[in-house]
Amino acid sequence: MIVITYDDIEVEVEGDRWRDGDLWLPIEGLPSAIGWDVRPEGVCAGDTCVPLPPGATWWDDDAFNVSAFARHIGLAEAADPGRGVVAYVVPSGPGAEAAGGPAPVEAPDFTLPDLDGNLHSLSDHRGEKVVLLTWASF
Amino acid sequence: MLAVAEDAGGAETARPWIRPTNMEEQYPPPVLDLMGWDAEVWPRAAPPQYPCLIDQRHEVSRLYGMVNVPTAVWIDEDGRIVRPPEPAGVNEGFRHLDLATFSMPADAVEAGVRLRRRYFDAVRDWVRRGADSPAVLPPDEVRRRMGRGARWGDPVRAAAHLRLAEALYRRKDPDAAQAHFAEAARLWPENWAYQRQARQLSDPAAVGELDAGPEFWRSVEQRGEGSFYPPVDIPDTV
Repeated sequence: MIVITYDDIEVEVEGDRWRDGDLWLPIEGLPSAIGWDVRPEGVCAGDTCVPLPPGATWWDDDAFNVSAFARHIGLAEAADPGRGVVAYVVPSGPGAEAAGGPAPVEAPDFTLPDLDGNLHSLSDHRGEKVVLLTWASF
Repeated sequence: MLAVAEDAGGAETARPWIRPTNMEEQYPPPVLDLMGWDAEVWPRAAPPQYPCLIDQRHEVSRLYGMVNVPTAVWIDEDGRIVRPPEPAGVNEGFRHLDLATFSMPADAVEAGVRLRRRYFDAVRDWVRRGADSPAVLPPDEVRRRMGRGARWGDPVRAAAHLRLAEALYRRKDPDAAQAHFAEAARLWPENWAYQRQARQLSDPAAVGELDAGPEFWRSVEQRGEGSFYPPVDIPDTV
């Protein structure tokens, strides 16, 4: 079993295999695992499809190479196969700027819990001025 | 005001700082001096009156390209950034700290308090005058300043390792987590928060404690003045 963490999601998936450092998952479990599935027109999440490039070797009869797909769409991957945990990060912030996108002036939204587990989003405060302050115990 | 704790140790680690019970045990004297806190001010100044959120994966820092704490961003009523991430009323006065006595020279304390006051005066001015405040920056300047970050390193891969480390730490595997905290710090050397987080969680006795050991001081010295809290040109609004 592998734990996959991306966005604000964390899922446990059975049937993972590692080949040459890449994570392969059963094709039939992909939609519930990562929200994408393999169709004739490409690898799709809802109505959004990434066309399959000619000659791509991201899948075989029953498994899909998640790591190769992640590289193709520009996700960063960090994995600890021995402990069964893998993380994906969508480029944003300064890394994304380096790739050529303009720095945003729109404040990116986020949702986080408070000490009591109640969720708060930045967008809940639309219509107010917000000083967003980060701090840490270290 | 929204306060976000960038703490992979989670609520358990942040709670004593958000709801502190003992001023003198938790805050070293130089911090109390800079904050202007004493036994009289403490009971009304310390309890936060705004949401205090916990960000175990350092997602807010990643989204905004922040590399240290405390860092603040000003966001207007339309959700637009009018001041980009910058050290929030803090400077590098700690470089003058006498490590033997843990005291700071009076002029360094005074400079810190002055900067802090100027910063909060500017916040109040913005709250009162909105876009007419001289502290508000035009969009191009916001973009320019936000583009100054990440001069070297690989922030996106670093964020992936930080995220993996946090997941391992939460699964009670601190040794495995440490390797990835360290990798995150290595991949984005400019990110002080990653380095400090990695060091803090490398030692069970240091969890929740200020990172102020020899390695911290060594890296602060090596990187030179202005690297930890770059000077902020906040206008005088009073």
